[in-house]
Amino acid sequence: MPETAVAETGTELSPKELARRHGLTASGRLPSLPEYTRQLLSYRHFIQSHASAKMSSSLGSTKLGTVWQVLTPIINAAVYYLIFGVIIGTSKGIDNFPAYLCIGVFVFQFTQSIVQTGINAITGNLGLIRALHFPRASLPLSAALVEIRNFMVALLVLMGIVLITGEPITVEWLLLLPLLALQSLFNTGLAMFMARYGSKNRDIKQLIPFIMRFWMYGSAVLYPVTLFTEKLDGWQLALVEANPMLIFIELFRHALLENVTLAGTPTMLWIQALAWSAVVGIGGYVYFWRGEKGYGRG
Amino acid sequence: MADNELVPTVIADNAHIIYKVHSSASPGSGSPLASFKRLVTNTKAANVKEVHAVKGVSFTAYKGEAIGLIGSNGSGKSTLLRAVAGLLPVSKGAIYAAGQPSLLGVNAALMNELPGERNVELGCLAMGMSPAEVKAKKDEIIEFSGINERGDFSSYPMRTYSSGMAARLKFSIAAAKKHDVLLIDEALATGDAKFRRRSEQRVRELRAEAGTVFLVSHSEQSIRDTCDRCIWLESGLIRADGPTDEVMREYEAYMRK
Repeated sequence: MPETAVAETGTELSPKELARRHGLTASGRLPSLPEYTRQLLSYRHFIQSHASAKMSSSLGSTKLGTVWQVLTPIINAAVYYLIFGVIIGTSKGIDNFPAYLCIGVFVFQFTQSIVQTGINAITGNLGLIRALHFPRASLPLSAALVEIRNFMVALLVLMGIVLITGEPITVEWLLLLPLLALQSLFNTGLAMFMARYGSKNRDIKQLIPFIMRFWMYGSAVLYPVTLFTEKLDGWQLALVEANPMLIFIELFRHALLENVTLAGTPTMLWIQALAWSAVVGIGGYVYFWRGEKGYGRG
Repeated sequence: MADNELVPTVIADNAHIIYKVHSSASPGSGSPLASFKRLVTNTKAANVKEVHAVKGVSFTAYKGEAIGLIGSNGSGKSTLLRAVAGLLPVSKGAIYAAGQPSLLGVNAALMNELPGERNVELGCLAMGMSPAEVKAKKDEIIEFSGINERGDFSSYPMRTYSSGMAARLKFSIAAAKKHDVLLIDEALATGDAKFRRRSEQRVRELRAEAGTVFLVSHSEQSIRDTCDRCIWLESGLIRADGPTDEVMREYEAYMRK
């Protein structure tokens, strides 16, 4: 037991040298990206159990429980169908408008919920962050995992809707798998980005509903994508057609529907989707990692 | 070398901590329009104030020490602990630490909607244990926390716990792992006498496992019982640093004035 510890503070070594000699690091040193990724991998069990904990705690107090996972997308689609399909009637020129609309609503909803939960991934878990040390990227990852699971259920519902409305099952349905992977990557990057951005700028939360609504109208969710080619041209059209959500939604429609007019050729759309997923997926992760030491501060 | 036994675990070198406080928002500043304006013009909200909480603190903590941090309210004790844990940036000077210090505070909530046992699992996984280790340690942790002494509380959501019970469970989770540096912010004070004895015993064990424990407390008894060294902070400066008995005597004399 070092009882005379206090007397030893006056050694000749400066604190900085002493720290270096004993391998102490300044609290708040950022690990390298590969090191961070390794740490994150070793926390995969935590990420999984945090995701299922979040899921059961959010649905645990409802009577229907997990049924809501299926019910929410159906109700969502029904509302939009009633307004845009029946009352306003934007279905002109689209063979199977209910399915066309549902695909847009479901796919957009996937990204929208990721943005909404991602922005709370850090600010909503400050207690956990301040008490325990783990790679913080676990939190947006677990949020993304919850939404990916939800979307997989929604996708099954969607396939049901598409079948009921008279579409045949084709080989192209297999494209859903790589598409799901790409959008999940895109969304995870987005969740990471929103988590860090939202932890620094709390004000952004107030603006998210408006931004998301604007994004939705620019993604041809509620009306045919041909509306853009008719009304816009030049840089405006280029901007709208570079929208990653428009690209994902178009690719889902291409995979599930038979006669559908797309915004571009499928090959072009796939290349764009791949590029967006890589840029946002990796970019979001790097952006989040750079802020690792700042979470929970303040 | 003579000082082989003295391995430093935390070194503070003239550390200054300044933090920002967001005081309550004035009416209208939370509206989307106002927040949009702030984002666009990149101005800080007018209600942010700076607090210079720690003004140049230097000390060296060694393996196997338990250090009590004392001082009147607002003297910067908790702020200093949070800086050692890496949760607050140091504005000037530096704080060096071995491994990753863990801060245990009364207000560090886990997931309130979930039952205690799920929180134990999550907490252990978050500390980097494997699922097998968690399974092996879970019952021991719940047993140590004593939350099941009055019925099967470990299966109730944590929001139904009293503050003492929640603090006990949090301490039990954090203490289940070996830490290089464990920082405890008044967490022991909320437990009842029986739990305090048990947790003080655990703090001694942690020190024996070559860890360093920092303890912030207003309970003179628990400082005297667990700590052999004391640092007395007053208005962000160290007033005394030495064996608990000496520092406590000075401190008590000061407080009686």
